[in-house]
Amino acid sequence: MAVEAIALNKHVSSSDARLTILEHLDLAVPHGERLAIVGRSGSGKSTLLGLLAGLDSPSSGKVLVDGIEISSLDEDGRAAVRGRKMGFVFQSFQLLPSLTALENVILPLQLAGNADAEALAKAALERVGLSQRLSHYPRQLSGGEQQRVAIARALAPKPAILFADEPTGNLDAATGQQIIELLFGLNAEDGTTLILVTHDNSMAAACQRRLQLNAGRLHEMHDEGVAA
Amino acid sequence: MRAFSLAWGQLKSHWAAGDLRVLMLALVLAVTATTSVGFFTDRVESALERQGAMLLGGDLLVSGAKPLADAYRQEAERRRLAATATVEFPSMVVRGERSQLAEIKAVGAGFPLRGELVVSGQVALAGVTPDARPAADIPAPGTVWVEARLATLLDLQVGDQVGVGEREMPVSAILERENSRGGDMFSFAPRLMMNLDDVASTGLIQYGSRVKYQFLVAGDAAEVDRYAAWAKGIADTGERVQDVSDARPEIRSALEKARQFLGLSTMVAVILAIVAMFLASLPHVQRSLDTYAVMRCFGASKALIMKILLWQTFMLGLIGSLLGCLFGYMAQTGLAALAGSLFLEQLPAPGWLPLLSGLSLGLLTMIAVIWPHLASLRDVPAMRILRRDMGNASRVWSGYLPLALLIAAMMFWHAGSVRMGAATLLAFAGLLLLTGLLAMFGNQLLQRLPVSKASAWKLGMAGLKRRPLVAVAQVAGFSLGLMALILLALVRGDLLQNWQASLPADAPNRFIINIQPHQIEGVKAFFAEAGIADAEVFPMVRGRLVAVNGEPLDTTKYEDERARRLAEREFNLSWAANMQADNQMLEGRWWTAAEHGQPLLSLEQDLSETLGLKLGDRLRYDIAGSTLEVTVSSIRKVEWDTMRANFFAVMPPGLLEDYPASYISSFHLPLGRDQALNRLVQDFSNLTVIDVAALMEQVRGIMNRMTYAIQYVFLFSLLAGLALLYAALVASREERLREAMLLRVLGASNRQIVLAGLAEFLCIGMIAALVATLGASALAWYVSVHLINISYQFNLPLALLAFAAASLLVPCAAWLGMRGFLRLSPRKLLQSV
Ligand SMILES: Nc1ncnc2c1ncn2[C@@H]1O[C@H](COP(=O)(O)OP(=O)(O)OP(=O)(O)O)[C@@H](O)[C@H]1O
Ligand SMILES: [Mg+2]
Repeated sequence: MAVEAIALNKHVSSSDARLTILEHLDLAVPHGERLAIVGRSGSGKSTLLGLLAGLDSPSSGKVLVDGIEISSLDEDGRAAVRGRKMGFVFQSFQLLPSLTALENVILPLQLAGNADAEALAKAALERVGLSQRLSHYPRQLSGGEQQRVAIARALAPKPAILFADEPTGNLDAATGQQIIELLFGLNAEDGTTLILVTHDNSMAAACQRRLQLNAGRLHEMHDEGVAA
Repeated sequence: MRAFSLAWGQLKSHWAAGDLRVLMLALVLAVTATTSVGFFTDRVESALERQGAMLLGGDLLVSGAKPLADAYRQEAERRRLAATATVEFPSMVVRGERSQLAEIKAVGAGFPLRGELVVSGQVALAGVTPDARPAADIPAPGTVWVEARLATLLDLQVGDQVGVGEREMPVSAILERENSRGGDMFSFAPRLMMNLDDVASTGLIQYGSRVKYQFLVAGDAAEVDRYAAWAKGIADTGERVQDVSDARPEIRSALEKARQFLGLSTMVAVILAIVAMFLASLPHVQRSLDTYAVMRCFGASKALIMKILLWQTFMLGLIGSLLGCLFGYMAQTGLAALAGSLFLEQLPAPGWLPLLSGLSLGLLTMIAVIWPHLASLRDVPAMRILRRDMGNASRVWSGYLPLALLIAAMMFWHAGSVRMGAATLLAFAGLLLLTGLLAMFGNQLLQRLPVSKASAWKLGMAGLKRRPLVAVAQVAGFSLGLMALILLALVRGDLLQNWQASLPADAPNRFIINIQPHQIEGVKAFFAEAGIADAEVFPMVRGRLVAVNGEPLDTTKYEDERARRLAEREFNLSWAANMQADNQMLEGRWWTAAEHGQPLLSLEQDLSETLGLKLGDRLRYDIAGSTLEVTVSSIRKVEWDTMRANFFAVMPPGLLEDYPASYISSFHLPLGRDQALNRLVQDFSNLTVIDVAALMEQVRGIMNRMTYAIQYVFLFSLLAGLALLYAALVASREERLREAMLLRVLGASNRQIVLAGLAEFLCIGMIAALVATLGASALAWYVSVHLINISYQFNLPLALLAFAAASLLVPCAAWLGMRGFLRLSPRKLLQSV
């Protein structure tokens, strides 16, 4: 399995109440699968994504990535696994505003100690069609272009698993559509496992499997039962 | 290496994005202020040595009552030091019927090695010598120079012949000034200077004559030090080796005060700059949190983040410090130029120490400023990417400890004394507390105001409410910046004027010593004739210190040359019922009327420290063969730079009256009254008149020039204050931008947003102005009363004006800062966030 979650629980407690976000959740994602997770706003999709990617740790339960139990690793251990195996695309792009497009793509390669960082980064930007915009800063790019840089950044280190949290959420429909096509196209070329969180039905429909998060658990979805 | 290149890359891009500019500016300012003043004091110190050297006529002086061994000359030659010799002796000088006792000084080629002789071609009329000029050489063989006083007494003009021993020689110039004469103030008759080669032919030096032989050397400081050590080794008993540490107390005192002022103004500049750095670092830290969250998401370890952080801090610190040192060095050249020719003659290269202190200050400050955020930056959770509220900088109080310690250290270092340092530290802490409280209180109060209908005002108040912490930090920042500006406006002129006024135009410029009791009436008559109203006459009894606390005084136990000499010398003991007005009691207390006649003694502070004497010590003096034991009952501080007669040791009345006393007087002789003085001296030929006008000019010159130097350093404080104001503005810029954008999206008009911002800043400005005005007034009071001993006048109109100006300054500056992004469309704003 590429990613596996076993009896995952996540609660957060504020001063007055204890909120259960995920409850006894199980999930297995085989290598190369393209999985969509959908659910109402506030249902805990981002929280789940964070746990699966090891950005956060669960209250109880296990998360395994490529057989490694990342939920028992410390922050640095999880960071190392992320660096080796995962790529990320976020709703709000999360490009570093002080770096150029190229530098943004170089960053994860550099962090992984890749000697060829610049060449790989240029190739990745080429693949997303931005080879003309290497030295532009994020603020000089449109939203769609920024997200393409983010996709290049996520794919440049050739991750085994790509996590995407509503990658079209900040874009208009047409641009969103282009981004989806790009993302899926590249994903298919690389054979990467894709775990995608989305509201977007058409996007979810293009995935091999769709799961709905509801009341802290995942339910298999069939074509008709898409939640609003 | 990876960490380094990542750190460097980030630094470059942060710089390009403008995040670091204020931080860098403040850092450079702090280092520039420190190093320029460091370099400068370095040079002032060497100038002080030079002053001492000028008074000696060289860097080192060997003197004795017998001809000095030729070895002194040979050794100087061997060490490639400049050298010359002089011979001094008293002798009658004759012109026709008249004769006058003069202090003859025969000088060798090259004299003086340090300083200069000033000569003119005619005797001053009403004190004005139109053609006074530095002498190019010493008196030519066969000619003499005479002091104006001697010329007057003997009715001599340039060209007249004067009899010196067996020779008749023409006067070739009037000797206007001889700096090297300051050394032994209380013992000279008017000067006649001649060439050393002519001495033998006068036949004046015979066995038993009272002659002082001197040998002077000058040159490289280290070489002179080695020569001094050698000379002390071979010096005969009765020969003395003197160096430049014997500068006049008047000049030392003036320079000491100047250094204190310089230190204080540097401290203000540096502390303001450090606070500005702290405020300026906040947006940078905020942005770094986001950066590091992304980096952690993509696999960066904590250790890597930490390395990047440290590299960045180090590089920022290094670049800022190096720039600061560079500017500091350049600024110091400006300072030295302002300080004038006084310090410009051939100064040694400024030392490396200021550079070192500048570098370490810059690096330490950078680290201390980042320190409180280190943990949150290193531990920023990757999850922050998905939930922005996670991993916001959580700061613990202990994180601020290094910054607090650094600021405290700066205070003690620059204040120069523990007492001043502690006072400043307390003042600063109190100020921060007061600012914080006032800001919080003001905030609360504002929230309670009846809700006005003006929506802009409401919005503005809401802004304050949303960011109470930022508001308090801003108020504190603004207050400090404004306070520096107000303090400068309030006290700069006053302070410096007062300092200069401590040496008024009518400060004493003549001393008369050796007045015998029966001559007092005659001297007073002279005062009346010359129109001198406020001359004082002090009694003086000479006594030698022979025992301390019953132990015979062993002067060899003093390591310090100066201490030994002070102890061996006869003390001038005086008595007085009241303490002199310009003295300041440090320990113990002055005697009451009932204690008159009690064996008590009041000592001057510097002397008591040098000789290691304390309150309660019993000192036994040998006075004219009988002994007197007294107990030290007080220690005073004496302002030597006032040029008034002052005594190291004073006793109560009723103790010394029966011992043989002479009297001393200091007074200001108005221009053109020399004739009356000369008559007095002719009537009482035993009197010695000492002209300290030249010395006073020197002290005045130092004060004048140092005033410029201090104002120049104040400029740094001004810049640092402005940087602080700016940093406080920028601290909330990001958030304000976001808010403005939101409001615009929600349909608020530009006008409303500007007004809301102005309302918010008006409140912040008013609170800050209030704190600043109060704080600046308190500081002005402290500096006036405790530093320069003058009474402080609270200037209400000026304070009100400062308050009004400061309250307006903040919103005006804020408006300038906001204007830029308010013109943008919401769409542009959206992109820029
Ligand atoms: N650390 C936390 N502290 C408090 N509440 C939290 C925390 N993490 C998540 N939550 C809450 O848990 C719920 C799920 O949040 P999450 O962001 O995972 O939802 P989501 O499904 O991604 O929603 P959306 O579709 O709007 O992005 C929300 O109500 C959120 O407020
Ligand atoms: Mg979400």
